[in-house]
Amino acid sequence: MSASWATHQTLLAAVRRSGRARSLRAALLVAPAAAFLAIVFLVPIIGFMLRSVDNWEVPEALPRTSVTLADWNREGLPNEAAFSSLVLDLRALDGASAAALARRLNYSRTGLRTLILKTRASADAIEPEKARAALPALDSQWENQDVWGTLRNESSALTPFFLLAALDLSRDAAGAIHPSRDGALYREVFLRTFGISAAVTSFCVLLGMPLAFYLAAAPTKVASLVLALVLLPFWTSVLVRTTAWVILLQGQGLVNQLLLGLGLIAAPAKLIFNRIGVYVAMTHVMLPFFVLPLYGVMRRVPREHLRAAASLGAPPLLVFRKVYLPQILPGVMAGALLVFVTSLGYYITPALVGGPSDQMVSYFVGFFTNESVNWGMAAALGSLLLAAVVGIYVALAGPANINPARTV
Amino acid sequence: MNSPLHVREFEKRRSEASPLVRFMGVQKSYDGTVLVVKGLDLDVTRGEFLTLLGPSGSGKTTCLMMLAGFELPTAGEILLDGRPISRLPPNRRGIGVVFQNYALFPHMTVAENVAFPLSVRRMSRDVIATHVRRALDMVQLKGFDQRKPAQLSGGQQQRVAVARALVFEPELVLMDEPLGALDKQLREQMQLEIKHLQQRVGVTLVYVTHDQAEALTMSDRIAVFDRGEVQQLATPTELYEAPRNAFVAGFIGENNRLPGTVISADGEWCTVKLEDGPVVEAVRVGEHGPGDGVILSLRPERISPLADAGRHANRFPAIVEELIYLGDHLRVRVSGVGRSDLVMKIPNQAGDLALRVGSSVHCGWRREDVRALKDDPR
Ligand SMILES: Nc1ncnc2c1ncn2[C@@H]1O[C@H](COP(=O)(O)OP(=O)(O)O)[C@@H](O)[C@H]1O
Ligand SMILES: [Mg+2]
Repeated sequence: MSASWATHQTLLAAVRRSGRARSLRAALLVAPAAAFLAIVFLVPIIGFMLRSVDNWEVPEALPRTSVTLADWNREGLPNEAAFSSLVLDLRALDGASAAALARRLNYSRTGLRTLILKTRASADAIEPEKARAALPALDSQWENQDVWGTLRNESSALTPFFLLAALDLSRDAAGAIHPSRDGALYREVFLRTFGISAAVTSFCVLLGMPLAFYLAAAPTKVASLVLALVLLPFWTSVLVRTTAWVILLQGQGLVNQLLLGLGLIAAPAKLIFNRIGVYVAMTHVMLPFFVLPLYGVMRRVPREHLRAAASLGAPPLLVFRKVYLPQILPGVMAGALLVFVTSLGYYITPALVGGPSDQMVSYFVGFFTNESVNWGMAAALGSLLLAAVVGIYVALAGPANINPARTV
Repeated sequence: MNSPLHVREFEKRRSEASPLVRFMGVQKSYDGTVLVVKGLDLDVTRGEFLTLLGPSGSGKTTCLMMLAGFELPTAGEILLDGRPISRLPPNRRGIGVVFQNYALFPHMTVAENVAFPLSVRRMSRDVIATHVRRALDMVQLKGFDQRKPAQLSGGQQQRVAVARALVFEPELVLMDEPLGALDKQLREQMQLEIKHLQQRVGVTLVYVTHDQAEALTMSDRIAVFDRGEVQQLATPTELYEAPRNAFVAGFIGENNRLPGTVISADGEWCTVKLEDGPVVEAVRVGEHGPGDGVILSLRPERISPLADAGRHANRFPAIVEELIYLGDHLRVRVSGVGRSDLVMKIPNQAGDLALRVGSSVHCGWRREDVRALKDDPR
């Protein structure tokens, strides 16, 4: 009894040892890729996302004022200490920091740029002890409670300002959240982004299901040839592809001539630099993402299943619905999810073949990064998009039981 | 229903007398050049267990698929119950099919799989439940109804497939190598189960296999296929005892093939001079005469050693080359009659002959047991 117990313990230890060796080996195999991903992907993304709440300008430029304002209860004007801290802070500021501060505050309240620059120019002439009277004398805005409210809002190290702005919301001087005055700008862009992605996904499903079905049934030789045609967009540069679409879809392009020749339309239709162009070009690029996983899944449904169902009395439509569809559904879902999520982040194609009202979220991320150098706004839009993608993936991939490893 | 009694009676008799399935000059080519099935004429009688037996690639599956409606004959016609069915889609033929890999629907439970043909026929829930329970009982799978096919063993999946093909009470069931994926012991058990089930239910069964032992075990009749043609259609006994040609003799059971030339032929019997060997008396099978090349077919168990050899018309000296002990019998390879690969099987009886490698023996056989078959030109 005890001998066998001892044997049992030795055995267990041996199993544990070999288990440890196995997990060590696994860790070693995964480590290079994990390190690579962390360095080139995770770290930059997290850094970028942090920028959407980062608010270094005001606390750094106005350290004394930020501290003093933290105690202000937003009732009436702040105390004299706040006025004098502001003058001291502004005196200490160099030109570049002052410009950054002015620009940053101007995002939150138009007019603050001028006010800040003007006040700084006079700060050396104002005695801090007399600031309470001198500042309103310099500019009556210093008697406006909302100006101080905005200063207080933006004087903390983290700000919801950009995230709120990306959702068309703003915080007033009293700290309450309201729809922003500019109207539904980014919400519309988000809705448009989801709408375009959903439409492109539907087109891919409609075109891709019959195509994948054909491919799965075709002899391997034919299938690989057609598959190569489907994959063609991957092997051509974006510019070549786009030029091709422009040539085909322009006013005097092949498609218009064909439609005119067939008498389907009376005048050339506008097919590019609008939503139609975006749909056509994006569906073209996205189709392989849908067809490839589905093709893999369809190939693995044995022909015998369909034959068995027919022999048991099911007419073709019922065979499809009861036997075929349930077996390929994971592939359809995986493909559709891939297309949808990838479309959400699309940038180049809509920028090249769409009109001004066809631009998606990524376009604005690009705009804020490259043109207006508003990193906070770029990061806020990007973070919200990422959050949406992760949310959709978790919501859909969970219940549909999509396991990407299974569909390849 | 309203037809006069004598008409109905006539219809009934006609359908009883006529075969359930009739292949009439059926040909099939997939690529337009090679005939995979060459002019098949075959009747399947009601209630019988008919096996299509042949080597891989001989066209058995193709025949079955044409009957089930998944392939269209290139020429000829198939009659089901006297009616041509070429234009009838598979789902309206009412034929149960069991595929080699069972083709169970992986996303349905066992019960849903078996219920499938019934729900397709829009039967009520209660009726379906009753039928499914009975069908699962029949194949001894009580209590497995909520499992998924992936949770069953090969033999259990096989049983579900059989239950599903029988549950809608088809008159005809087709099985294509249904036991091919099972291990030997389970295969032999399932052979008998399927056979008994078929007898109990009284269904007509067309069965495809390449395993001659399986065909012999299960079938009422066997059609031996080779290269798209039926070589012989007969009962298991007849196929074994009286193969019509060299292919059948070689495919069913073990057999010594001795090439030779006919010296004289006379009705049922003939004498044949073996290549580099003696003259042998044999049964004459088919039309051949003096000078024709023939193959003598001789079952190993019909060759007697030494002691009994004296009684036989054909009796020759030989040397033992190899001895293999197989428990219930001995397998002995000898050289004699101009050959070195003559095999005989000797039942293992206590106190039997003390054979040694190298010892000389006499071996002999009755002339009824050696069949002179026309030489196969292949
Ligand atoms: N769908 C098909 N297309 C082309 N050739 C086929 C097809 N099915 C079977 N064949 C060919 O037909 C011949 C007979 O096949 P099959 O009927 O499956 O034989 P068996 O079932 O006796 O092994 C084989 O040579 C096979 O390669
Ligand atoms: Mg076959």
